[in-house]
Amino acid sequence: MMDKDRVIEVSNLTKKFGRFTAVDHISFDVRRGEIFGFLGANGAGKTTAMQMLTGISKPTKGNGTVAGYDILRENEKIKRNIGYMSQKFSLYEDLKVWENIRLFGGIYGLTVKQISQKTEELLARLNFEDQRNTMVKSLPLGWKQKLAFSVAIFHSPQIVFLDEPTGGVDPAMRRQFWEMIYEAADQGITVFVTTHYMDEAEYCNRVSIMVDGRIEALDTPKALRQMYQANSMDDVFHKLARTSTRIE
Amino acid sequence: MIQVDNLKKNYFASNKKRGSDISKFAGIGKHKGLSFDVNKGEIFGVIGPDGAGKSTLFRILASLLLPDSGTASLDGKNVVKDFKHVRKIIGYMPGRFSLYQDLSVEENLTFFATVFNTTIEENYDLIKDIYSQIEPFKTRRAGNLSGGMKQKLALSCALIHKPKVLILDEPTTGVDPVSRKEFWDMLGRLRDQDITIIVSTAYMDEASRCDRIALMLDGDFIAVNSPQGIIDDYKEELWAVQADNMSGSLIDLRKYEDVKSCFAFGDKHHITIKEGFSKEKLYNYLSEKGYKDIIIEKATPTVEDCFLALAEENV
Repeated sequence: MMDKDRVIEVSNLTKKFGRFTAVDHISFDVRRGEIFGFLGANGAGKTTAMQMLTGISKPTKGNGTVAGYDILRENEKIKRNIGYMSQKFSLYEDLKVWENIRLFGGIYGLTVKQISQKTEELLARLNFEDQRNTMVKSLPLGWKQKLAFSVAIFHSPQIVFLDEPTGGVDPAMRRQFWEMIYEAADQGITVFVTTHYMDEAEYCNRVSIMVDGRIEALDTPKALRQMYQANSMDDVFHKLARTSTRIE
Repeated sequence: MIQVDNLKKNYFASNKKRGSDISKFAGIGKHKGLSFDVNKGEIFGVIGPDGAGKSTLFRILASLLLPDSGTASLDGKNVVKDFKHVRKIIGYMPGRFSLYQDLSVEENLTFFATVFNTTIEENYDLIKDIYSQIEPFKTRRAGNLSGGMKQKLALSCALIHKPKVLILDEPTTGVDPVSRKEFWDMLGRLRDQDITIIVSTAYMDEASRCDRIALMLDGDFIAVNSPQGIIDDYKEELWAVQADNMSGSLIDLRKYEDVKSCFAFGDKHHITIKEGFSKEKLYNYLSEKGYKDIIIEKATPTVEDCFLALAEENV
């Protein structure tokens, strides 16, 4: 049944907490190598949906595959084949740069030899050789996020999930971060990203917008702008989010 | 309302006794010390990269951190000598959510009201706009609120004693565009009640809603002006470029000899140019590289363009 060109394929994915339906029958595909923007207001259900896609939370209803594995039965395999980083948690603050790389490399099942070789490549690419022994907590946020992203794709996963990776990051650093996303996508890594910066929504190949647990729109940024007769993705977002009736 | 003169704080110098290298710098006022004023009833925005010193400055203003030298006063009261008075007249919202996670929404608000010798009822008018949105959940523990609701509760708690000055450290980080707009509408109404607001943000669209903004880099203000004033001072000639492959064209535009800088701006790239630039030449360059649907047009700079240019000049 699985389509090789689809890294995520879900249908009617639903999550209920008691009587509250956090995610309400969402169905969508993400293609290999695509940068897919997953937008929505706070409380629209993005985080819950992402937890189901990354194998952390079991759906109440619905089914699908991520990285070729069934989200109901093979969630442990999913975890091994994806990368993940968020604004809130990405690296261990009290470990040095190299210790974090070593730790995550180990968690993702790389051998010691692979880790040491790839560590050098990673530090060189980020121009980070001097920071090898720096505690992560003393790195500026932008640097931390660039390192966290590199660590999340260290094991060359099929897909990487980024949960508000640029929150609070200044304009110059945000752009450098997105250039790293482009590079990863060029190498064939699928990027699934949430953001509250609407200029970043324009950088995605396709964008979905969640309102009250449902996906209300899904298309290229250009098509969405045309569909909603909007000048920017910011306008599109405001028009859609205004239809929300959920009070969080 | 806020007056800052020659303020300096260097964490390395402060830690000298512990053998820290004082030639290094992290803090504020690296060169000549930081000086600025904020008028009563003004929204003053501080914008800068992480590590620029925004939070350090805000902590000093909130009397939570001692400067190495220089003075800061709020409503004429010195933040060091008169810290007790200062704390009564400020509302401070730190960057990290700092309410009691195990107390309910209402308990948190009651706690902050009590600490300041007041009640929720007494100043309910001031917080009504925001608090009414979270009031249906007043029995919920603060730790179980969504990001947007936490912000609303934190602002309510910072306002409950009717402060003269609001100090907001990145209040909208992680907040969606619609809630951010509501939050700023709210700040506008507080300003109309003569509350002075100093606020930091990483969102450039918010910068344009401030009366004045300061761009902060490496502990110093590199520009202070109204948003329009900042834009008027922009010296570069700015063009916007679109093509079918935006990630590829970003790299090729940077390689082009007459382009000085190139940054992605949503569905366009903004470029600044060198002398001798011609639109036709650039068009030919891009079409020879195989790009299609090329549009090159003059662009009006935004605060974000100014920030990127100033940040590059001052590296």
